Amino acid sequence: MHRAEAVRLVMEAVRDELVVVCNGMIGREAFTAKDREANFYMIGSMGLALSIGLGTALARPEKRVLVLDGDGNVLMSTGVLASAAAAGAKNLLHVVLDNEAHGSTGDQATISSKVRLEAIAKASGYRWAERVPAERLQQELPAFLAREGPAMLLVKVEKGNLHGIARVIHEPPEIARRFARACQA
Amino acid sequence: MPKTTEFLAALEANGYDFFAGVPCSLLKGVIRRFDAEPRWGYISAVREDSAVGLAAGAWMSGKKPAVFLQNSGLGVCLNALVSLNAIYEIPTLLVTTWRGQGGKDAPEHLVMGEIMQSYFDLIKLPWRVLGKETVADDVAAITREIDRRKVPGGLIVPAGILDASR
Repeated sequence: MHRAEAVRLVMEAVRDELVVVCNGMIGREAFTAKDREANFYMIGSMGLALSIGLGTALARPEKRVLVLDGDGNVLMSTGVLASAAAAGAKNLLHVVLDNEAHGSTGDQATISSKVRLEAIAKASGYRWAERVPAERLQQELPAFLAREGPAMLLVKVEKGNLHGIARVIHEPPEIARRFARACQA
Repeated sequence: MPKTTEFLAALEANGYDFFAGVPCSLLKGVIRRFDAEPRWGYISAVREDSAVGLAAGAWMSGKKPAVFLQNSGLGVCLNALVSLNAIYEIPTLLVTTWRGQGGKDAPEHLVMGEIMQSYFDLIKLPWRVLGKETVADDVAAITREIDRRKVPGGLIVPAGILDASR
């Protein structure tokens, strides 16, 4: 399964969750699949999507927060998996699309072909962390979105970028204002 | 006499209600209070830039965040400050200690101790040095500046102000 297809399935399954999307092509694919005020597209600050999502989840315990992440981002801040677990963020869900590559910069290899990120999450104290086969992603998502967090669903996806993926058209201050409206609604 | 109690009161008076960071011996008093008083909800972050990310999420959720760090952590935060806070216009108070002040400290603190004000200037963020006799005024002044400009701002903490818990 291509990453853009996995992103589309996730965005179709999302209901009223606040979604924090990591930098790179995943953000553009999420924007293309379903733009909504409750999406925060992190265009810089690689590695910080989970931190932003955790800060949101702790400040808004009555809402559910989904971090849509990639293997490069997770590897850059594995310590934050421990932060999420230590904080006991029940309302934090973490989907990792793992293509074992830095897909936005030319598919240079990460090290996730040799390192099981879901095992790091589990050892860090996530309540649930599993690798799900891509062909079962769609059927697993509703149950995953209802889980008590912190929970990680990791799915292996193909390398490569599709044509026709739009850039996020909103300016960063507008992205933040929209997301803040959704957080505080 | 340390000014920790006065400083915490000034944070509350200025609306701060989300706290995260990585400690420094010059913040020993504040962090001890956070640890002893769960009502602050202080989050012990794994890295300073993660604390800045936590604060960004909290700010968009309606909180007013303050991040605590040693000036060594300023370097860790560079990309977060310029490619997250600056472009999305997310204010955060950066309570940053001044290790290496006056060139008298352990070697690892000397360069940052000398350049930290220039560093804030270079990335176009406001800063203010916390004065022992002007704690409430300094917190209010830097808060006005970061709220007005919608950027993070540094409150630089010299030794002897927040090292003890009273």
